[in-house]
Amino acid sequence: MTVATTNGTAKKAAPANTRKVRFRIKRCDGPNKLVRWETFELSIAKGENVISCLQKIAANPVTTEGKRSTPVVWDCSCLEEVCGSCTMVINGQVRQSCSALIDVIAPDDGDTVRLEPMSKFPVIRDLWVDRSRMFDALKRVKAWVPIDGTYDLGAGPRERPEDQAVRYALSECMTCGCCLEACPQFDLAADESEWNDSFIGAQALSQARLFNLHETGARLKSDRLEALMGPDGVSECGNAQNCVKVCPKHIPLTESIAAVGRSTTLYAISKWFSGK
Amino acid sequence: MTQQQRVIVVGGGLAGLAGSARMAEAGLAVDLFSLVPVKRSHSVCAQGGINACNEVARQQGYSEYEHFDETIYGGDFLADQHPVLEMANWAPRIIDLLDRMGVPFNRTAEGYRDLRLFGGSLFKRTHFSGATTGQQLLYALDEQVRRLEADGAVTKYESWEFLRPILADGTNGPRCVGIVAQDLRTMQIRAFRADAVVMATGGAGLVFGKSTNSVICTGAALARCYQAGAAYANPEMIQVHPTAVPGADKLRLMSESARGEGGRVWVPRKKGDSRPARDIPEAERLYFLEEKYPKYGNIVPRDIATREIFDICVNQHMGVDGGNQVYLDLTHKDPEYLTRKLGGIMDIYQKFVGVDPRYEPMKIFPGVHYSMGGLWTQYTAGSYAPSEPQPAHVSGSPTACDAEIGRGMLPGAPNNMMTNIEGLYAFGEVNFAFHGANRLGANALLSCIFDGLFSGVGVANYIRDGAPSTTPAESIAQSVFDSAVGAETSRQKTITDTATGGDHADETNPYIIAKEMGEEMTAGCTVVREEKRLQKTLDKIAELQDRWARMKLADGATWTNQSLSFARSVGDMLTVAEAMACGAKARKESRGAHYRIDYPDRDDAKFMKTTFVTFDAGEGRARVEHREVRAELVAPRARTYGKVDKEEPAKAEAAAAGV
Repeated sequence: MTVATTNGTAKKAAPANTRKVRFRIKRCDGPNKLVRWETFELSIAKGENVISCLQKIAANPVTTEGKRSTPVVWDCSCLEEVCGSCTMVINGQVRQSCSALIDVIAPDDGDTVRLEPMSKFPVIRDLWVDRSRMFDALKRVKAWVPIDGTYDLGAGPRERPEDQAVRYALSECMTCGCCLEACPQFDLAADESEWNDSFIGAQALSQARLFNLHETGARLKSDRLEALMGPDGVSECGNAQNCVKVCPKHIPLTESIAAVGRSTTLYAISKWFSGK
Repeated sequence: MTQQQRVIVVGGGLAGLAGSARMAEAGLAVDLFSLVPVKRSHSVCAQGGINACNEVARQQGYSEYEHFDETIYGGDFLADQHPVLEMANWAPRIIDLLDRMGVPFNRTAEGYRDLRLFGGSLFKRTHFSGATTGQQLLYALDEQVRRLEADGAVTKYESWEFLRPILADGTNGPRCVGIVAQDLRTMQIRAFRADAVVMATGGAGLVFGKSTNSVICTGAALARCYQAGAAYANPEMIQVHPTAVPGADKLRLMSESARGEGGRVWVPRKKGDSRPARDIPEAERLYFLEEKYPKYGNIVPRDIATREIFDICVNQHMGVDGGNQVYLDLTHKDPEYLTRKLGGIMDIYQKFVGVDPRYEPMKIFPGVHYSMGGLWTQYTAGSYAPSEPQPAHVSGSPTACDAEIGRGMLPGAPNNMMTNIEGLYAFGEVNFAFHGANRLGANALLSCIFDGLFSGVGVANYIRDGAPSTTPAESIAQSVFDSAVGAETSRQKTITDTATGGDHADETNPYIIAKEMGEEMTAGCTVVREEKRLQKTLDKIAELQDRWARMKLADGATWTNQSLSFARSVGDMLTVAEAMACGAKARKESRGAHYRIDYPDRDDAKFMKTTFVTFDAGEGRARVEHREVRAELVAPRARTYGKVDKEEPAKAEAAAAGV
C-alpha cells in the first residue's frame, strides 16, 4: 500500500486496526547544542496524527534502544490547521503536523515517520523553532490598516464580493512558515541583525499585497513598496514556485509576488519621473 | 498618569488584543503576555460568525434590544443582565470598527456586509468572513496591536506563562500590583509591576481532556487567580456542542449546518454491530432523534441533541463500535449539493479523518466547547432602570430601551469587569459575564471584543483616579515582588526535583493523571449530572490531586522544559475541575447547559443565582455559595425548547446552525 499524496487525503483502504510505527526524531537540547536522532516505536490505532503520537511519546519517552529519554518538545495549539503553530518537516516535507495522518503517511506495519524541525529558523529545542522573524517581517511591511483609532466612526469602505474573495484568500495566511522553508532563496538568518539583508520571503510579500488592496490600507502603499525594493525584497525571488506548492491554505503566493513585483516597478518609475 | 504606570494584559486573543488596543490608545503602557504568538490564540478557531443588529434586520423589526432579550433567554436567565444590554447595544459599532480594520467580511452584490441566519434568532444578524470568522477578527486586532507595538505603545511577551498575580495590601483589601511570569524558553521567572492586570486567558476545555479547545486552554491562569483569592463564578456552566468529530488528539467542531442540510443521526440497532455503515440496512438503523422527537427529528435544539447522543453511547452502550460516537449521515444527499452548501466542513472532515462524508457517514460525538463560567466580575449599571423587569420582547414592537451607549453599563466606570480583587480584571471567555447558563451561537466573538473595547476604558480610569494614582505599583516595596518570585521559584524546584530518572509509573505520571482527569470529568461532569456521580467525580479528583502531589517529572532540563509547564498546569487543572464539580453538585436544578437527572426542572426560587466559588486555601478546597442574579431588566420565563423550531424546516436549518 503506497502513500498517495502529501495533503492528507486518504486514497486507499483503511490499514489494520493496530500496527507498529517508528518515529525517528531529530532532537537538540538547545541553540548551538549537538543534534541527535532518537527513535520511538508506538502501537498505532486508526485515526492518529503526528500530534497524538508525540503526546504518547511524551507520556512514555522510551526509545527503541530501551533508553529512557525526555518528552519531545514541539509547538502546537489549535490542532485543526488554522493557527500555524505545528509546522515541521515530516518525511522530508514541510507541513502542519496536526493534519499529518499516520494512516496516510505511514500506513503499513513497521513504517517509519521522520520528524525534523524546520531548517530555516533557529531551533529552540527539539522540534520547536523561533519564527519571530516572520512577525518582524510583518512590521517591516506595515501589515495593518492605519485606522483613526478605535472610536466609533461608522462602517469601513464598501467592497465588491470579488474583491473580498481575493482579500480573503490572502488573509488566511497563518504565518506557518511552510513557504519559507520550501523557498531556495530564503536563508536561515539566525541573528536578528542579518534579517534586513536576507530575502524576506513569500509570506510578507503576500501580506504587503493584501494591505495594498484595502482602501485604507493602501495609504501605506509607498512605505510597503519601499520596504520591498531593497536587497532583501521582491527582486530576490528566484521563481522556484515551491512556496505555492506547500502552502497549506493554498494562498496564491506567486500571484502576490508577481503583483508586488509589478507594483514596485511602477513605483520606481513614478519616483524617477517625479524626482522624489 | 505618569510615564511609569503600566497595565498588564494576560492573554492575546480577541479580548486581550481589543483591550490592549483600547488601553494603549488611552495612554497606558501595555505589557501583553501570551503563551503563544498572539495570532495563534484560540480565538482563531471560531468558525461561525459574530452577532449584531444591522440595518436589514432592523427594518424587518429586529433591534439591539431583541438581541439582548434573545441572549438573556438563551442563557436561561442566569446572567447578570445590564452587561448583556450594553454588549448588544455596542455590537453594531464593533462590527463597524472591525470592518474599518480590514476584516474581509463576506459582501453582498452591493458591497455591504453580508449576513446569515444563526442559532437563537429568526433574523439575519450574524456577520461572517468565509468559514473562519474568528481567525479574521483575531488577525485584524493582531495587526492593530502590531502597529502599536511598532510605535512602542505595547510590549509583547510571547511564549511567556503567567504564574500568579502579585497582591499588595490596599485600603479595601488586597490589590493587584503585577504578575509573576516565566519565559518558557529560558525558564526565567520574574516579576512584572503593573497598576492593573487584565486576565484574558480564555476557557478551560483541557480539564475535560479532549474538547474543541486549543491545547493552551487549560484554565491554569484562572486557577492561579482563584487560588490567590479571586472568585470563580458558575464554573459548572460548560457548553457541550452536539456535533464534534472525535480525534486521537482533540475534538474538531462539525458545524450544525450539517444537520440543517438534512444530516441524519443514527446508530446500529444491534449493540456492537461491527459492519461498515453502508452494509447496515435501513431497518437495522436506529435513528434515535427521529424516533424520540417525531416533530423536530435531527434538528432538535443543541442541548437536547447533546443529551440524547450522550445517553445512547455512555448509558446504553449503543455507540458505533461500542465507542463514544454516532453516525451523522449525509450520504443520502447529492454530493454536488453537499459540496456547494457544506464544502468547507466536508473538507475539514476529509482532511482530519481521511474519509469523504459524501460517501461514508461521519462519526461524531458531543464535545466540550465553551466555558460560560469564569472569574466573577462586577460592574456599574447604566442609565436604563425600568420600574419592573420586562416580559419577553415581541419582534417589531417598540423596544423597552434604546441602543444609546451607557444604557446597560456606565462607560468608563473603573469597576467594569473588575474581579473581587481590586485592580484585577477579567475580559473574554475567562469572564463569567454575559452568557449565563448557555451561550448563544456567534455571541462569543462579540463578548470578547466588547470586553476589551468597553471595559478597557474603565481600567485606564481606575489607574488614573483610583489607588494607583496615590500609590502606584512602582512605589510598592520590592519585597512584595521578590517574595512572589520566590514562591514560584520554589514551586518549580519542588517539581523539577522529582526528575530523578527511573521508572514512570502511571500513578505518578502527570500525562496519565491529566488523561484520567479528562476522562472522569467528561464522564461525570458534562452532559448529564447527578448527585452520587458528581461525588464520585470529586473523589476521583481528590485521588488525582494526591497522585499529582507525588508526581515525577520526566524531564529535569533547565531550558525550554515543556513538560514542566504541563505538569505544573495539571495541578491547576485539578483545582478548576474540583470547583466545576462542586458547583454542579450544589446547583440542584437544571438550567441551560447544566442538566441534573435528579433535578430535571429549573428552580428559579432557589437557584436563579450565580454560583460563587472561592478557594479555601487552608482546606485546599472550593467553598460554594450562591449570590443573587441582577435581573432587573427582563423577567424570567420558561425556556421552551420549541420556540425557535416551530417554524418550517427552512427556518429550523438556521436555528440548528448555532455554533
